[in-house]
Amino acid sequence: MNHVPTDSPALACRGLVKRYPDVVAVAGLDLEVRRGECFGLLGPNGAGKTTTIEILEGLLDQDEGDVEVLGRRWRTDRDELRRRLGVQLQETQLADKLTVEETLRLFRSFFTDGPTVTELLDLVELGAKRASWVGKLSGGQKQRLAVACALAGRPELLFLDEPTTGLDPQSRRQLWDVLGRFRAAGGTILLTTHYMDEAHALCDRVGIMDGGTLIALGTPRELVASIGAAHVVEFAVEGAPPADEVLHSLPGVRDVRHRDGHVALATSELHATVPALLDRLRQDGAALSLLGTHSATLEDVFVSLTGRHLRDD
Amino acid sequence: MTDRGGASHPLVELTLARFREFLREPEAVFWVFAFPVIMTCALGIAFRSRGAEPVIVGVVQRDGAAALTATLEAAGGFSVRPIAPAEIERALRDGRAPVVVVPGAPPVYRFDEARAESQVARLAVDRALQRAAGRQDAFVAEERPIDTIGSRYIDWLVPGLLGMNIMGTGLWGVGFSIVQARTKKLLKRLVATPMSRAAYLASHVLSRLLFLAMETVVIVGFAWAVFGVGVRGGVAALAVLALAGALTFGGLGLLVASRARTIEAVSGLMNLVMMPMWVLSGVFFASSNFPDVMQPFIQALPLTALNDALRGVMNEGLSLAALRGELAILLAWGLGTFALALRLFRWQ
Ligand SMILES: Nc1ncnc2c1ncn2[C@@H]1O[C@H](COP(=O)(O)OP(=O)(O)O)[C@@H](O)[C@H]1O
Ligand SMILES: [Mg+2]
Repeated sequence: MNHVPTDSPALACRGLVKRYPDVVAVAGLDLEVRRGECFGLLGPNGAGKTTTIEILEGLLDQDEGDVEVLGRRWRTDRDELRRRLGVQLQETQLADKLTVEETLRLFRSFFTDGPTVTELLDLVELGAKRASWVGKLSGGQKQRLAVACALAGRPELLFLDEPTTGLDPQSRRQLWDVLGRFRAAGGTILLTTHYMDEAHALCDRVGIMDGGTLIALGTPRELVASIGAAHVVEFAVEGAPPADEVLHSLPGVRDVRHRDGHVALATSELHATVPALLDRLRQDGAALSLLGTHSATLEDVFVSLTGRHLRDD
Repeated sequence: MTDRGGASHPLVELTLARFREFLREPEAVFWVFAFPVIMTCALGIAFRSRGAEPVIVGVVQRDGAAALTATLEAAGGFSVRPIAPAEIERALRDGRAPVVVVPGAPPVYRFDEARAESQVARLAVDRALQRAAGRQDAFVAEERPIDTIGSRYIDWLVPGLLGMNIMGTGLWGVGFSIVQARTKKLLKRLVATPMSRAAYLASHVLSRLLFLAMETVVIVGFAWAVFGVGVRGGVAALAVLALAGALTFGGLGLLVASRARTIEAVSGLMNLVMMPMWVLSGVFFASSNFPDVMQPFIQALPLTALNDALRGVMNEGLSLAALRGELAILLAWGLGTFALALRLFRWQ
């Protein structure tokens, strides 16, 4: 593989807008993905991730804005871009009655350069399934096959739209390994996800998307740091919790959120917040029914930015 | 040689993929192969040649019935059915007997003037009874019946069934699989590769050619083995026609499927396209039965051209040169619909 490092980004778009009759799916999006990085678009359902990625893939036309991929434009260099990009779509169902190997042969035949079919099978660890019908594969195996199809032309830039949605933890990890190998070989990835842990585990940089625009951008670490609170204390009491003003006045607390009867305190000083909270509850005579803490995540970033959770479930 | 990592040319891989998917779909295999064979068999038996069959005569059971029956049986060529006196009209109406004879001197013939079969049966009975009563014929003409292979209904029917099958499987095979690929977003996925769009569409038509070779062998082979239906104009000419038909209806299938988003929509469209041709294009009965004003339209239909050409080759032994008009109609439809489909096609 020969990825010449250049100054031009792998991908850049400016002022991207896509309108549908009853919704503006993408509302003025600026984005830049550097060569060799893994960039994640993180956002809830309906945020406009698929619309954005399909415009970048040249499958949808934008209403406004500029897109440049690998220094090329879709209007003038479509054929070249098709050869240099790998695409996995959110909803594609490959033919059920072809085998894994036949499916890969088909996709491989569209490219004049790339790994052999056997190499592709090994890359996604589907060698043992080469003669199975696609319809008989598990969800995780299907997704790995979809990624193998996307890798058939040895792409420089790989687009993945929610590659692990609906998969069990083990299958997700297996897919992450495949992506890790692609990156180790110098490939660039743009992926969308609504799993914060996936963005954490895979992405060098993350753009948080909501309502068709980016509401935050940075490395996972920067984003988590941006809420000024490294930890979250979650608790519930029988009866009414203390008023928000009271909770805000506890040492270290930066943010107070309520959800399903739980209260979440974002804090920069876990060691000071927890004892103070317990004292306060004891004074009030409130019976604690739940107490937990975790390091702040991208989920907490999203909550602190929008007041909502990434997933409704 | 181009490196494709162990894969063949995209057109080959696409065609093979279509071919495999079809063979792995038992229902599809049934409709393409078993159905036309069953149909040929059923119609072949229903309309088998009746030249040597006896004339059915009803004889009313009253005085003289036994003698009349003996006379007819002695004359030969009759199958006598006893009819109760009260049953005469019902027997004529429900087709149990085309003519009913009431014994007597002279006998009475009951028959249906509007039915040719009834008329013929009456004449045959009359001739046998007159001769038995002593009538001398003025002369005896030499009789040369034709019951040669190639002129029976089954000989005429088989090319029509073959044509109908080529149309049906062409439209269904192409239309169904394309709309399925569209609803499963597989088309969109393919468009995201450097695959040539024309190659994708062409692979559907090409895979039709593969099936068609098999379909034709099965249908024509079966009709030949069981009913002795021949191919007078030669197998090569038949193969060319079958190819032309596959191209034509493959192209039409692409066009029908070019924009449909659901299986229901494409099924409706296909029936809309096929129904008039089943009726008008001479599958079960000759298209010349329709009024003259409709003929220019009927003759321009692709299935009419295909059926006429198939009958020309199978029944009349015509050469392809003599069928160039029909071939031109088929090719015009095939190329026209392919080009139009390529322009109209909805890839997402
Ligand atoms: N083809 C379409 N027609 C109309 N609305 C659409 C279409 N595609 C997407 N949308 C709308 O645009 C918004 C963004 O959708 P999408 O990009 O699929 O979001 P995500 O991938 O982040 O879940 C949603 O409100 C969705 O309903
Ligand atoms: Mg989506």
